[in-house]
Amino acid sequence: MIERIKQIGYLLESSARDLAPIVIVVAFFQVVVLRQPLPDLDGIIVGLICVVIGLALFVQGLELALFPLGENMAEGLARKGNLLWLLAFAYALGFGTTVAEPALIAIAEEAGKVASNAGFIEPGEDARRTYAFWLRFTVANAVGLSLVIGVFRILKGWPIRYLIIGGYLIVVALTFLAPPEIVGIAYDSGGVTTSTITVPLVTALGVGLSSMIRGRNPLTDGFGLIAFASLLPVVFVLIYGMVI
Amino acid sequence: MSLVINFLETLWSTLFDVIPVIAVLIGFQLGMIRQRIRQPRRLLAGMIYVLLGLSLFLVGLNKAFFPIGNSMAMQLTSPEFLGAGPLAWSDYYWVYIFAGAIGFATTIAEPALIAIALKAEEASGGAVRGRGLRLAVAVGVSFGVALGTFRIVTGTPLHYYIIPGYIVVIIQTMYTSRFITPLAYDSGGVTTSTVTVPLVAALGLGLASTIPGRSPIIDGFGLIAFASLFPIIAVMAYGEISLWRSKRNRRKNQDASKSVPDERSNP
Repeated sequence: MIERIKQIGYLLESSARDLAPIVIVVAFFQVVVLRQPLPDLDGIIVGLICVVIGLALFVQGLELALFPLGENMAEGLARKGNLLWLLAFAYALGFGTTVAEPALIAIAEEAGKVASNAGFIEPGEDARRTYAFWLRFTVANAVGLSLVIGVFRILKGWPIRYLIIGGYLIVVALTFLAPPEIVGIAYDSGGVTTSTITVPLVTALGVGLSSMIRGRNPLTDGFGLIAFASLLPVVFVLIYGMVI
Repeated sequence: MSLVINFLETLWSTLFDVIPVIAVLIGFQLGMIRQRIRQPRRLLAGMIYVLLGLSLFLVGLNKAFFPIGNSMAMQLTSPEFLGAGPLAWSDYYWVYIFAGAIGFATTIAEPALIAIALKAEEASGGAVRGRGLRLAVAVGVSFGVALGTFRIVTGTPLHYYIIPGYIVVIIQTMYTSRFITPLAYDSGGVTTSTVTVPLVAALGLGLASTIPGRSPIIDGFGLIAFASLFPIIAVMAYGEISLWRSKRNRRKNQDASKSVPDERSNP
């Protein structure tokens, strides 16, 4: 019991420490730079307590659920030894977690407006919606495919540098070729694909896989899945902008 | 009361975030692995922690930080604060300082980065320290966002910065230890999620809408791209520095052991 209370205390303390910089920055700018009182102090304190408890709970949940889930899947799939199933799982995880991501839906709608204003698509609500839908579909596919490539890389033990550098070179080349209105959206779509729930799961999957397979190092081979999942959507969206 | 309703709404939408993940996991568990799940109760409890924790976190941010952060971004970029008349890029110094500070602070609190740091510490057997990694990422985001606001103020095109940035990344990749590169790339991908994006986007939008000649759509975007490029550079630099320091320490130890005659070395 005392152990438990100690652990909870430790979790709360470290999440309070993680949040301290934001509190300091906001307070400094409000009081010293803008010279204003903090509005709604009660609300801020209540919110702060929520944030600290929430972060502590989330970190605890990471260790209890998200990491073990990712590791269990890696173990089960590696033991099964079926490459196709493993790749299918990677694809489904990437596609499934991205297609309904609220941040992506918001970006896709924004992109629909941009495309409509720029005259890429016919004016009107329907064309805009279709554009946004296929953009989402494209990004979700890109993330699914990223995880497939990433998992395949772990199995083969390919060094990540050539794949990533190649990806960046493609991004740079496409940036010049794609219509400028889509470039910002494309770069941002790479950032929104990796949600707070997917990241721990995918990381645990990669590290788990690389520690299951002989000759792979968890640090050099296990990481990198997220990197693919933030790079490939940019490439796909740039191409999408050029094709349509 | 509104806080409770707000919490329930957030919980509901977080649940929708989790459902596809759970569906994929259960589908593959039942359809393919066909093993009993170990410690199902622990997993369920953990999932509930994740759901409740993330929802509380978001509700709290919405209550405590996002409104004041947004109004700050608007005020710092408003003509009342900056003063009237034509402004040089250097008149926006508080904006750059705020961008750097808020980029740093929000990154330290980013839950997905905490997850990566925990995993990196575990996978490296403690050789990569989670806190050091997160600090490196935060320094990268801080620099990236500050530079991003400078770009919006001066109105230079995005790719003038992004492409040299990528070139630096490529050169670093060639020379850095292969232990740190995958971690560096991953940290670039996770910096921009729950906490950083809303505050940074508000700043970009505020700047783009108050400076004449900037379009919120074209210039407002792109801050996020800065916030994911520079952490990669920072983490690889951090890896280089820690490698160099451990080498130097080793050399120092060797020198020390040379100067003191060791009996065991000359039997």
